Amino acid sequence: MNYGPLVFLAAFFALAGSWFGLVLTPQVQVGRLQQTNSVPGGATYPVARPGLAREGLDVYRANGCAYCHSQQVGQTGTVCDVVLNEIGTNPPALFAALGKLKGMSEPQARQLVSGLPKTILAGKAKEEADAATKALNAAGAKAQVWIVAVGPDISRPGWGVRRSVAEDFLFDYPVMLGSQRIGPDLANVGVRLPDPNWHLLHLYAPQAMIKGSIMAPYPYLFEKRKIERFPSPDALVLPPQMAAEPGFEVIPTPQAKALAAYLVSLRADIPLFSAPVTVASASAPASTNAPAGATNAPPTNAPAK
Amino acid sequence: MTKAAAPAVPDEISASCRVPLLVLFTSAALWLVIGSAFGLIASIKFHAPAFLAACPWLTYGRVHPAWLSSVLYGFCVQAGLGVTLWLFARLGRAPLAQSWLVILGAVTWNLGVTLGVLGILGGDSTGFETLEMPAYGALLVFIGYLLVGISATLTLHQRRERPLYVSQWYLLAALFWFPWIYSTADLLLLKFPVRGVAQAVIAWWFADNFLTVWLALVGLAAAFYFVPKLVQRELHNYYLALFTFWSLILFASWAGIPSTAPVPAWMPTVSTIATALTLLPILAVALNFHHTLENTYSKLASGQTLPFVAFGVCGFLVAGVMRIFGAFFDFHQQLHFSWFEPARQFLNFYGFFVMVMFGAIYYILPQLVGFNLPSPKLARLHFWLAGSGVLLLVLPLAVGGVFQATQLENPAIPVTDIAHLTLSFLRVSTLGDVLVLAGHLILLGNLIALTVRFYRSQAVTAYSEATADLFKTSEVKP
Repeated sequence: MNYGPLVFLAAFFALAGSWFGLVLTPQVQVGRLQQTNSVPGGATYPVARPGLAREGLDVYRANGCAYCHSQQVGQTGTVCDVVLNEIGTNPPALFAALGKLKGMSEPQARQLVSGLPKTILAGKAKEEADAATKALNAAGAKAQVWIVAVGPDISRPGWGVRRSVAEDFLFDYPVMLGSQRIGPDLANVGVRLPDPNWHLLHLYAPQAMIKGSIMAPYPYLFEKRKIERFPSPDALVLPPQMAAEPGFEVIPTPQAKALAAYLVSLRADIPLFSAPVTVASASAPASTNAPAGATNAPPTNAPAK
Repeated sequence: MTKAAAPAVPDEISASCRVPLLVLFTSAALWLVIGSAFGLIASIKFHAPAFLAACPWLTYGRVHPAWLSSVLYGFCVQAGLGVTLWLFARLGRAPLAQSWLVILGAVTWNLGVTLGVLGILGGDSTGFETLEMPAYGALLVFIGYLLVGISATLTLHQRRERPLYVSQWYLLAALFWFPWIYSTADLLLLKFPVRGVAQAVIAWWFADNFLTVWLALVGLAAAFYFVPKLVQRELHNYYLALFTFWSLILFASWAGIPSTAPVPAWMPTVSTIATALTLLPILAVALNFHHTLENTYSKLASGQTLPFVAFGVCGFLVAGVMRIFGAFFDFHQQLHFSWFEPARQFLNFYGFFVMVMFGAIYYILPQLVGFNLPSPKLARLHFWLAGSGVLLLVLPLAVGGVFQATQLENPAIPVTDIAHLTLSFLRVSTLGDVLVLAGHLILLGNLIALTVRFYRSQAVTAYSEATADLFKTSEVKP
């Protein structure tokens, strides 16, 4: 019997199935994703990176930064905190409510409400947090439920406030999520380290900026040159032991500047429907109808330069 | 169809395969040496971050993909195609069809890989892992594959032994698997790029289908041929091998999306289930080889081919189990970002595929040229170097990766401290890189020595034939 055509058909349908499932369907689902709006806030998200940062993405790609740095934050779950913003009009009732919620005496409750806003309950389920907020608000106080992402990545200082979602990468080409964490995750490096000059110094001499760093220096992204009449305003301000010899200065190349601009443009901290989180700007008094933190300017548009 | 033709004799097959396969194998071995040298440079960067830092062409983020591209496209696919051609010819008892296509294809392929690797080093990498070669290299690579593939398909079509052995199933599937996934990925990522994370999904899909499915199909095909042949037994269960085939192409082809991916949750979920189901082909392979080898395990240590193939099959099994294991750890999300994942990948291609190919090349070469290896001891040394090299490369990274992942789980430990913890493991693995490179040099040396010896003897024969006439006439004259 001749099984040749059978083998061919078997392999054809197996691969066609996988192609349909993991190429075509993702393309239909996430390949056609459009801009979305932040929730709350309603600002358009994401906005395209500014031109220099877009050029920086190519420097990031060409030098293979993604082989050491991931750009995706994970979270293991979402919890709710209850934040008390104002004591309100009826302190005795509030203390009673707090006493009931947390099982504390009145003096303890009185001490608790000093220095508001303050997190009263942390790490609760949505229903529990809602009930607590309702009880506190019934006592005349102004309390609010905060949605908080949790997980090892989120707990790392500056790594991010929520998980990365497909929307974060909408306008990038190529999308470089990275597969290794030899260095720290960079999904929110622009939030954590918003100063491009810091990044330039770090690219030139990583160990001078972060003690014990194992990152390679990138001297070819800089140019050491003789100071002509005046020192260049672009010249790096290096610590004494790293400084160029007298009469010389270190100037970042356009590539280095673009890369730094790209790095500070990396921020995925906007609350979205698919990754809800309460960010600090939303802590404005919840008593008005205006969505918290709503301004005309999209929050990510301005590079922190 | 040439059904009437009598089965070709081995000599005829060897003669038809000689030049094309020597071209494929020698250039593959050369790429392996070049690639491993890149790997060594990348590894040394962990001893001294400033090593070669002033040269943009040799920065870690370029040398690392250059290494993988050289090994995967330069060696793995090229050697895999050579073994495919030879197995098609031998199992089908037909000489290689249109062997000039193979030579042309090999030249195009090597030109493509050269341009691709130079492009990566020059900063033209595409940014998609395992698909780093820029479009101009990828196009030539694709054309080269098609040319070789046409010859392979014709050889299979003209086979004179009609029934198909299980290896031929595997190889036929692999033969058309690669152009499909490669063209899909290149078109949708480089030519008409899709939007957002759909790019990442397609890149993962390609990497999985290439590194898990394609390598497994070709590597297992060779193992299913060489192990029964060299221990002189029938394959224990033909149907179990077919079951491996079906389960492999059905499940492993869905297993690519990592659980950390910022994509809709169903994709990583489907992939995790598929990963769990790849236990079936792994168990089937283990069972089949165990029963084939029962009571003759000692034979595996003999000869130049079996040790390599046996090591390779073990590598396949362990790498597969590592993958399933990794998907179900509590901290599997961090494990995915740790050195555990590269360790598994190195085991899969260095420990499994490359080793099986070594064994196959050491078997095929002497048949092609009609000489034994210049020194069997050297092949033995190659085995020990490659085997210990792979272990030294993979074990420290796997163990270090588990430590790294547990520490990444703990936000109190700074990333710099974690990096320093992994450094000691990485530095041990550099030794593995050195041993592996030394082993690859031996392979290249063996290949060149045999080729030179063959053509020298050819020249001697040709010369004596040409001069024999001369002597005859001079005898007759007086």
